[in-house]
Amino acid sequence: MRHSVEKSKDRGVSRRQFIGQTLKTACGVGLMGMGLGFYSKQASTLPAMAVRPPGALPEDEFLGACIRCGACVRDCPYDILKLGQLGDEVPTGTPYFSARTGPCEMCEDIPCIPVCPTNALDHALTDINEARMGLAVVVDQETCIAFLGLRCEVCFNVCPIRGDAITLDYQHNARSGKHALFIPIVHSDACTGCGLCEKACILDEAAIKVFPTHLAKGELGKHYRLGWEEKEKAGGSLVAPDAKHEYHLPEGVRYDLQGKGLILDAKSGDEIPVSSNPLDTLNRGLEGK
Amino acid sequence: MKLTRRDFIKSNAIAAAATAAGVTLPAAKTALAAEDPNAGVRWDKAACRYCGTGCSVLMGVKDGKVVASQGDPDAPVNKGLNCIKGYFLPKILYGEDRLTKPLLRKKNGQYAKDGDFEEVSWDEAFDVMAEHWKKALKEKGPSGVGMFGSGQWTVWEGYAASKLMKAGFRTNNLDPNARHCMASAVGAFMRAFGIDEPMGCYDDLEHADVFVLWGANMAEMHPILWSRLTDTRLTKKGCEVHVLSTYENRCFELADNGMVFVPQTDLAILNYIANYIIQNKAYNKEFIDKHVNFTKTATDIGYGLRPEDPREKAAKNAGKGKLTKISFEEYAESVSEYTLEKASKMSGVPKDKLEKLAKVYADPNKKVSSYWTMGFNQHTRGVWVNGLLYNVHLLMGKISEPGNSPFSLTGQPSACGTAREVGTFSHRLPADLVVMKEPHRKFAEKIWKLPNGTINPKKGYHAVLMHRMLKDGKMNCYWQQCNNNMQAAANLNDESLPGWRHPDNFITVTDPYPTVSAQAADLILPTAMWIEKEGAYGNAERRTQFWRQQVKAPGEARSDLWQTMEFARRFKMEEVWTPELLDQMPEYKGKTLFEVLYENGQVNQFPKQEVTDEAGNVYQNDEMEDFGFYAQKGLFEEYRMFNSAPDVIKKGHEMAPYESYHKARGIRWPVIDGKETLWRFREGYDPHVKTSDGVAKGDVKFYGKPDGKANIIFAPYEPPAEVPDKDFDLWLCTGRVLEHWHSGSMTRRVPELYRAVPDAVVFMHKKDAKKRRLRNGAMAKISSRRGEIVCRVETRGRNRMPEGLVFIPWFDAGRLVNKLTLDATDPLSKETDYKKCAVKISRA
Repeated sequence: MRHSVEKSKDRGVSRRQFIGQTLKTACGVGLMGMGLGFYSKQASTLPAMAVRPPGALPEDEFLGACIRCGACVRDCPYDILKLGQLGDEVPTGTPYFSARTGPCEMCEDIPCIPVCPTNALDHALTDINEARMGLAVVVDQETCIAFLGLRCEVCFNVCPIRGDAITLDYQHNARSGKHALFIPIVHSDACTGCGLCEKACILDEAAIKVFPTHLAKGELGKHYRLGWEEKEKAGGSLVAPDAKHEYHLPEGVRYDLQGKGLILDAKSGDEIPVSSNPLDTLNRGLEGK
Repeated sequence: MKLTRRDFIKSNAIAAAATAAGVTLPAAKTALAAEDPNAGVRWDKAACRYCGTGCSVLMGVKDGKVVASQGDPDAPVNKGLNCIKGYFLPKILYGEDRLTKPLLRKKNGQYAKDGDFEEVSWDEAFDVMAEHWKKALKEKGPSGVGMFGSGQWTVWEGYAASKLMKAGFRTNNLDPNARHCMASAVGAFMRAFGIDEPMGCYDDLEHADVFVLWGANMAEMHPILWSRLTDTRLTKKGCEVHVLSTYENRCFELADNGMVFVPQTDLAILNYIANYIIQNKAYNKEFIDKHVNFTKTATDIGYGLRPEDPREKAAKNAGKGKLTKISFEEYAESVSEYTLEKASKMSGVPKDKLEKLAKVYADPNKKVSSYWTMGFNQHTRGVWVNGLLYNVHLLMGKISEPGNSPFSLTGQPSACGTAREVGTFSHRLPADLVVMKEPHRKFAEKIWKLPNGTINPKKGYHAVLMHRMLKDGKMNCYWQQCNNNMQAAANLNDESLPGWRHPDNFITVTDPYPTVSAQAADLILPTAMWIEKEGAYGNAERRTQFWRQQVKAPGEARSDLWQTMEFARRFKMEEVWTPELLDQMPEYKGKTLFEVLYENGQVNQFPKQEVTDEAGNVYQNDEMEDFGFYAQKGLFEEYRMFNSAPDVIKKGHEMAPYESYHKARGIRWPVIDGKETLWRFREGYDPHVKTSDGVAKGDVKFYGKPDGKANIIFAPYEPPAEVPDKDFDLWLCTGRVLEHWHSGSMTRRVPELYRAVPDAVVFMHKKDAKKRRLRNGAMAKISSRRGEIVCRVETRGRNRMPEGLVFIPWFDAGRLVNKLTLDATDPLSKETDYKKCAVKISRA
């Protein structure tokens, strides 16, 4: 890795940097003068496919805090960060990367953050796994070859938050009848939006893409809770537990309320629930096994 | 063009959406109906180019180019599916750096070992090559030349090469890369059953209750089979998956019982399971009384290293495989020391997990299928460990019936069909015959119309020995076809490269791309790949699949088959055979090898004809065009005399006539009366086991052995050849990844696959990395006693390493992991152990 200890120590803004930045800001002001309407439109809409570096503040705050100094770009050891150029859809001078061509490699020491002089890249982020640059989304289930039953799983294989950010859901392939589907599922609680999956997707146009989280994420009604999760959290039923139920059942039939429901005991085979000793059956009690 | 109502709604919807979004769609995309993408495309079937699974694919050809592909929906193996490599099959043909002309090292217009590669004509290439081969034959005799072939050769390419070397040059110095891959499995099949290849088939994947993986990362290496296994696990009640490996690979994601064991202790675990079965009296007494002999194998057998290596000198029975008969009681006594405590202590696997595993084998009501690949085969005790698993299945009688199957998966597409079945090993002849046995040689000589004593009774040099002999200057000519041994063979620095670059040696490499091997050669012959020729592969379940030539190879590239046969024209019989031999058949005097081997009235019996499919499409056949006869068909029909003639020495390999394979999605041998065989050795399934021979209905007969009984072979734990110590403190295991095939010469030329997995990395435990001041993504130097390489550290990837063991895949020509690996082999199978050597790692 190219980054060095010296560089990350040198966090202060030198005089030279300050001048450079001031000049850039001045140029920025000049630009505004040249075409204020164009610039303001540009500044407010970050294109969906541009991803901010790790630790970037929410877009509005980020644009306010970022002084377009380029230090993060300079210190990216993989050279994936770029600065928005005049005419780009990305606000001029602000850092971004494009997942398809150059995703964030998720350096453990996150060298792009400490050099940020204004905290536009939040210095509080020290664990790269906590970064939320965006969110990967399987955007097209029609072309993702995993959904078709092919054995691909490249996105799963390259994901650096192994087994957490992308998992595979095994499903029966009803078409072939004897193969399984290995369906990639992205989990927003772990996905950093690094974009390695989007880069690696082997399709001509990636079926998995990193979007800004607000575009990628749905939101459940604030009133609604997931009953099974609440129950688990509470360690038991939130209201009084269900009363004991008893049923009229013919012989050889049981009812498992919380589990399988109606159970028709097998008459033969290795699952016979009756012991060869009739006393066992007589003494086991109702629903006993 | 018709526009359906649905299409109309669709295109209107697209337009509406585009308008709403303020986007202008390109004109082509808004066209009401697109041109039919299949117009003018000719579809035909082929077997996938990569692994031993043997998926069938349909290739779409238009204007002489493969423009489309699909999984074959009618193929029972894959039902229209592919893995990610199969998805990109057409692209492997069209890498930008395809070799299209022969290339010879030259200086001042002459061949020079230290010259640079220059384009030459086929004539010049073969002239120079033949000159060197003749010189070597004269100076060293038949052992002075050798050929290294492939389990990726088509069936007839292997057969033609076997004939050229064994009948023509009278040398058994022919070995396939299957030596690095399947040789241990072969050795164990022969020792236990007397006949090669699995008794079961892929249908076991739907019939087993329990799957056990022993050193097989099926999830990545047999992707479509894994998808079938997963489906059974999902849909069958009570189905369990047990996975054993020296690190957590992707199969552990599905495992109900995942076990990471200390390298080499699989030997102890298997003996423990046998002991458990015996201690609990769970064995199938009737089965072992009727169908099994108990034996033990010679021990302390060394590591297949050079004889002067201290480890070889120290071995009491170096290279010995003798079996001694023992009683059941003696066998029980031998395994009794492998208690649960001992097995757990040696392997590092918790007791409860080992016991859970032993129980599923010992449960008579659970059908168990066991799978293995390189974890077992690339093992200094590979034949032993294969055998130990057969012991477990045989003790329980869990064999040769649906769901009960010890199943050796093959790595390569035709490791079975070509490398094994047509006799390309240095000790073999077609259909399981061997050069050491006189009746076998005589039978081959009769079919090949050769004088008595033509075939050399001495085993040839195996793959690893060939490199040693090249280095020692004892073998001077070497021809490699259809693989990449300079990237594969272990100990590149000390053995392979010095051997290839030895000034006395002339190395020919037949290759479609400039591989590491090609770089190290003296002459490179450009070849036609895969569907650029008519071909056949045989997969792991005895399924033989054919394809027609779909397209023409670029430039002057010619198939391996053409090269082998054409090279034979350069030799007069007097140059390769002794006068005594020729006096037996004076009619061969003055003829060329080509005439004697391939214009013998059999290989050339089918005159030039039009190759067509059922729809009437006409296909090219460049070899037929050149030779004037249907070489593939002639070779196959002659080969069939070895396995299907009424007087064959070893029954059980019968195949169908040539044309039937062009019609079928593969046929599983033995094929008798037009019917294929799913499970071997069991009455009802296998036509060779008949009630009329006294076998009870549904009973078993292991007819590969004269007494119809299989061998249970006791073998103890013995340590590996090299273990980590204070200087080299980590285990190195090598292998593959899903995205790349073998040495990557094809898949690394597919941009999408390259992008998905560009370079080899070293998978290691986070703590091991930290101890060496390494982080994920850092460059690390990995060194062994034999060499060093540099690659990036991966601590969070698909393979979860235990502390003390690292894994590096071998697909990357930019990081040759075979500089590190040790050329220790199983002394019985001569297969290299690529899974165990000692390395150290530091910051690069």
